[in-house]
Amino acid sequence: MAETISVEVARYSPERDTEPSSQRYDVPLHKDWVVLDALNYIKDKMDGSLTFRWSCRMGICGSCGMMVNGEPKLTCATFLSDYAGDGSPVRVQPLRYFPVIRDLVVEITDFMNKLQSVKPWLIRGDEKAVSEGEYLQTPEQLDRYKQFSMCINCLLCYAACPVYGLDPVFIGPAAIALAQRYNMDSRDEGAGERMDVLAQHEGIWGCTFVGECTKVCPKHVDPAGAIQQYKLTATIERFKSFLMPWAAGNSEMESAK
Amino acid sequence: MSGVRQTVRYTEYHPRWYRTRVSTWWWLSRWPYLKFILREISSVFVAWFVVVLLLQIRALSRGPQAYAAFEHWLQIPVIVLLNLTAMFFVTFHAVTWFNLTPRAMVVRFGGKRVPDGLIVGTNYAAWAAVSVVLAWFLLRS
Amino acid sequence: MAKQSNEPILWALFSAGGVFAAFAIPVHLFLLGLAFPLGWIPAPGYEYLHGLFSSPLPRIYLFALCFLALFHWAHRFRYTLYDGLQIKHLNEVIFVCCYGGAIFGTVLAGYLLWNFH
Ligand code: SF4
Ligand code: FES
Repeated sequence: MAETISVEVARYSPERDTEPSSQRYDVPLHKDWVVLDALNYIKDKMDGSLTFRWSCRMGICGSCGMMVNGEPKLTCATFLSDYAGDGSPVRVQPLRYFPVIRDLVVEITDFMNKLQSVKPWLIRGDEKAVSEGEYLQTPEQLDRYKQFSMCINCLLCYAACPVYGLDPVFIGPAAIALAQRYNMDSRDEGAGERMDVLAQHEGIWGCTFVGECTKVCPKHVDPAGAIQQYKLTATIERFKSFLMPWAAGNSEMESAK
Repeated sequence: MSGVRQTVRYTEYHPRWYRTRVSTWWWLSRWPYLKFILREISSVFVAWFVVVLLLQIRALSRGPQAYAAFEHWLQIPVIVLLNLTAMFFVTFHAVTWFNLTPRAMVVRFGGKRVPDGLIVGTNYAAWAAVSVVLAWFLLRS
Repeated sequence: MAKQSNEPILWALFSAGGVFAAFAIPVHLFLLGLAFPLGWIPAPGYEYLHGLFSSPLPRIYLFALCFLALFHWAHRFRYTLYDGLQIKHLNEVIFVCCYGGAIFGTVLAGYLLWNFH
């Protein structure tokens, strides 16, 4: 129990500070403690003013994303003991590339608006009456989009993406992966609508396939893959509308299911 | 359904917030970023190879003397060094390109996604085959 | 329908060039740039190469290689400049230089190969 570990936490108060600073706390080092436990310990026992987001403690809600030693991590799934040993403190900072509101809390309205702009819901030309039953789907059809549906909106991928950091107009990894989640769904008919947003420079074309989003994603969504795959789809669509202007539209994307 | 569709707006106004500017040297900050930039820089050496190739074509077209001069030029240490660097970068390009193919292209067979390793392996096998064929053409004489 | 951007066409050229470059350039460069000049492998003579480059198929192959490899470079290099140096405001200049260079090189390759004798 005598063992402790230093945690260096970024602090920023919009009322007092012009820029963030950091504060060091020594917290007990338990084998089963994650970084979030350390933050909660600090808040309960040492400094009630520390502000951060969390909820589920089990990698589901996606609200506890922060930079731990410079890498985007879910703090509820990142063990303190992995950082113990070399004596240097664990650095905890707010997610990179987002504006900081206070301490470890970032402003994510930008993402919320982008997510909505790609219409991440099932779009149907005509809705079946309830009496006609449900839309059936084979395991194979489910398999095509299942990976993308695992996203928990934790935004670690944005914090890993230099393209988003350099130019925040980029729609970004998770929003595009989630658009693909619906594009690839056999029940959905909205691929054409989403293409208006995705096939722009701010959409897929800004991406240079750095690939870091995929590496940091705690849910193995592979947003980088989703974007490259969509580039291919959009290119095929573009050539099709060029060669056969009358057939332009959903054909390729629908047949991809 | 449409009731839920209403645009949800979160507070867009905060008294103040802090935004860090991305440094121009961001790609030096982490090894994966540096690797990414090196991968992108490989394109410069791809273009360099095209320049060498065009010089070769021009020399061949001009006659044996011009070609001998071109062969001589290729032996200048600076050019050898440049080609050695280019060799490293084009190989890096090839390896990264082949390794990333399964991310960018989903191949399905019998309703199942073909495993990444198989696609990458096929790429390398094809690379070896293409290299042998091209070398055979150039060395047949 | 989406605004018809040219990005897909440029990306298609970039990708095709990337594939071509990955498969073909390492062996070409190894032989031409290292193995022949350093004497690791005896270089093919002028006569043989001249004959090879005179036939139409190799010439078409060489033209495709130059064309696609240059457009691969143009696309990648453009984005590297945008992001790596944060000079997006020079957007147009970079665009013109990169694709201008690729077009120039392609025309040059076409000219040299067409007039090869
Ligand atoms: S794609 Fe992965 S990293 Fe990005 S928000 Fe979704 S779960 Fe998080
Ligand atoms: S607290 Fe919910 S994901 Fe970490």
